[in-house]
Amino acid sequence: MITSAKSYARLGVVAAVAALSGSLIPAAFSQGTPTIRIDGSSTVFPITEAIAEAFQKAEGGKVRVTVGVSGTGGGFKKFCRGETDISNASRPILAKEIADCRAAGITFIELPVAYDAITVVVNPQNNWARNLTVAELKNIWGPDSKINNWSQVREGFPNIPLKLFGPGADSGTYDYFTEAINGKAKVSRRDFTASEDDNVLVQGVSRDRGALGYFGFAYFMENRNRVRAVAIDNGKGPVQPSEQNVLNGTYQPLSRPIFIYVNAKSAQRPEVRRFVTYYLNNAPATVKKVKYVALPARAYRTILANFNRNRVGTVFGGKEAIGLTINELLKMQPQ
Amino acid sequence: MPSQQKILNTLRNPIAIAASIQNRKRWEQFFIVLGWFSLLVALLTLVFLVSDLFLRGLPMLNWKFFTSPPSSDPEEAGILTAWVGSLLVIFVTAVVAIPLGIAAGIYLEEYAPKNWLLDFIEVNITNLAGVPSIIYGLLALGFFVYILKWGESILTAGFTLALLILPVVIVTTRESLRAIPQGIREAAYAVGSSRWQMIADHVLPYSMGGILTGIIVGISRAIGETAPLITIGALTFITFLPEPPIQSEFPYISFKWIWAPFTVLPIQMFNWVSRPQEAFQVNAAAAGIILLVLTLAVNGTAIYLRYRFRKSIKW
Repeated sequence: MITSAKSYARLGVVAAVAALSGSLIPAAFSQGTPTIRIDGSSTVFPITEAIAEAFQKAEGGKVRVTVGVSGTGGGFKKFCRGETDISNASRPILAKEIADCRAAGITFIELPVAYDAITVVVNPQNNWARNLTVAELKNIWGPDSKINNWSQVREGFPNIPLKLFGPGADSGTYDYFTEAINGKAKVSRRDFTASEDDNVLVQGVSRDRGALGYFGFAYFMENRNRVRAVAIDNGKGPVQPSEQNVLNGTYQPLSRPIFIYVNAKSAQRPEVRRFVTYYLNNAPATVKKVKYVALPARAYRTILANFNRNRVGTVFGGKEAIGLTINELLKMQPQ
Repeated sequence: MPSQQKILNTLRNPIAIAASIQNRKRWEQFFIVLGWFSLLVALLTLVFLVSDLFLRGLPMLNWKFFTSPPSSDPEEAGILTAWVGSLLVIFVTAVVAIPLGIAAGIYLEEYAPKNWLLDFIEVNITNLAGVPSIIYGLLALGFFVYILKWGESILTAGFTLALLILPVVIVTTRESLRAIPQGIREAAYAVGSSRWQMIADHVLPYSMGGILTGIIVGISRAIGETAPLITIGALTFITFLPEPPIQSEFPYISFKWIWAPFTVLPIQMFNWVSRPQEAFQVNAAAAGIILLVLTLAVNGTAIYLRYRFRKSIKW
C-alpha cells in the first residue's frame, strides 16, 4: 500500500472549506460595474445582442450588458420578479404576466423595436403554389385538418403528398401563426414535423417537393436558394413577404411587431436610459443586419419619445394583436 | 431415449462429429462477423460525426476564437466567456460532487446497517441517476436561486450539476467498494485496524480506479448539460469574465467569481446552431470541437489518475 487516502481526505476538507468560505460572501454581491440584465425571446435576441455588443464598445466597457435566452414567457417570469431590467418579447405581454408584474410592483415601458414577417415557404421545385389564401392555410393547419395532399388544398393543384413543417409549441412564432390563421393561439393540427430549431425546418422543406412550412423572415432570407416564399392572399390579392410589404401594411395577417419591455424603475438608471436610447437610435441599421424589418425612422422617434416620457403599460391589454400595421400600432395608447 | 440415442450415434460416427464441429464453427464465425459489424456501426457513426465537425469547424479554430467574447458578427465571435464559464462551473461541480459522493458511497457501503431503510435509499439513488436533467434544473431554481438566493451564478450552476452527477458518483463508489474482496477487510481488522483505518488505508485506495471511472462519467455528462443551466438562468450573451480567482494583492485568492453571471459552451453552441446565418454554423462546429477536446482533457486527466492508482496498488 503506497498511496494513502488520508492525503485525499485532507484535500477534500480543504476544498469543502474553500467552498464554504466562498459562500459566506453575501449573495447580493454586486459586480461594481453597472450591469444591464436582459432576458427573453430568442427571436429578438439577435437584435439585442448586436445592440448590446456595440453599446458596450461605445461605452468603453464602463457598462456591462448580459443577454439570456429563456423564451418570451420565461423572460417575462424573470422580468416580473424584478430579476431583469429589460425583457425581449416576440409577442405583447399577456394578461397573466401583467398581473404577475403588478403583484410584484413592477411597471414597464413597452417598446416595439422591429417587425417580423412569418413566412410560409415551399420547396423550390413546387411550381404550383405561388400563393395561398388565408382560408387555404386555415384548411391546411386547422386542428381538424385531414388534408395530406396538394390536390385537396385547391382545385387544380397536382396530386402530390403534402408534408408539413412548423415550429414547436413553445415558440412565439407558433403562437402568432396559429392565432392569425386558426383564430386561436396554440390551436393547430398536431401531425406535422415540429422543431424548435428553424434550420431543421428549412432543411425539411428544402428536401421534399411537396413540403410546406413556416418560420421567421430572417430564416427565409438566409435560405432563399433552398426554399421559396408563398405570397399570402388576405382577400386583397397575393402579397409576397418583403420589407416593403411589411412596412406598407399589406403583408397581413402574418406581420408581427416584436418588442423590448423596460422595467420602469430600471429606466431611471442613467446607463439603462443610455442603452435604450442607443437601442432605438441604432435599431434601423441593426435590425436590417439581422434580417428583420426595421420600422420607419419616425416610428423609432415616436417610440423613443414614449420612452422618454416614461409611458408605462401595454397598448394590447394583455392580448395578442393580429394584423396590426405600424401606423396603427403607434397610434394605440395604453389602456 | 431417442435423443440420447441420437447423440450416441453421432459420437460413434466421425463424419457426424466433424459436421457438428463445422456447424459450431460456422456459428462462431457468424457471431464474430456480427460483433465486428456492431462495432463498425458504432465506430463509423462516431468517425463520421467527429470528422464532419472537424471539417466544418477547423477553419474557424484559431487563437482569436479562444480569446474573443461572443459577437453578433460570426467572424468576430469567440468562445472566451463560454469555455471559462464551463471550466469554472465544472470545477465547482467536481469540488462539491466528488467528496460528497464518495463519502456517501463509503457510508452506504461500509457503515450503514443493512435494513429496509438502506434498501429504500438505494432504490432512490439508482432512480435519481435516471431523472431527466431539467428536473434538477427546476429543483435548483427553487432551492438555490429562490430560497438560498444564490442568484444566477456559477455557484448555483456548479451545485446544480453536482446534484445531477451525485447519484452516478455514489453508485459507482459503492460498486467499486463492493468489488474489493472481503478478505482485505478481514486482514485489516486482523492486524488491529479500526473500521476507518481499514477504509482509508486499504479499501478506498484499492477501489479508487473504479470510483474515478464514475467521476469521469459524471463530469463528462455535466460538461455537456444545457437544460438545467438555462433553467437556472445561464446567459447567452456575456462579454466579460468573472473576477479571477487569483489576485495580485492580499489575500491573493478571491471567491467572488462564484457569484458571477456566466455562460457555458453547450449553450453558446446551441445558440449558434439555431441562427439563420451559415457562418454561425461553422462557429458552432468549432465550439463543438472545443467541447470535445475539453471533455477529452478532463477525462484524460482522470484516466491518467486512475492509471497511477492502479499501478500503485500491489497486493
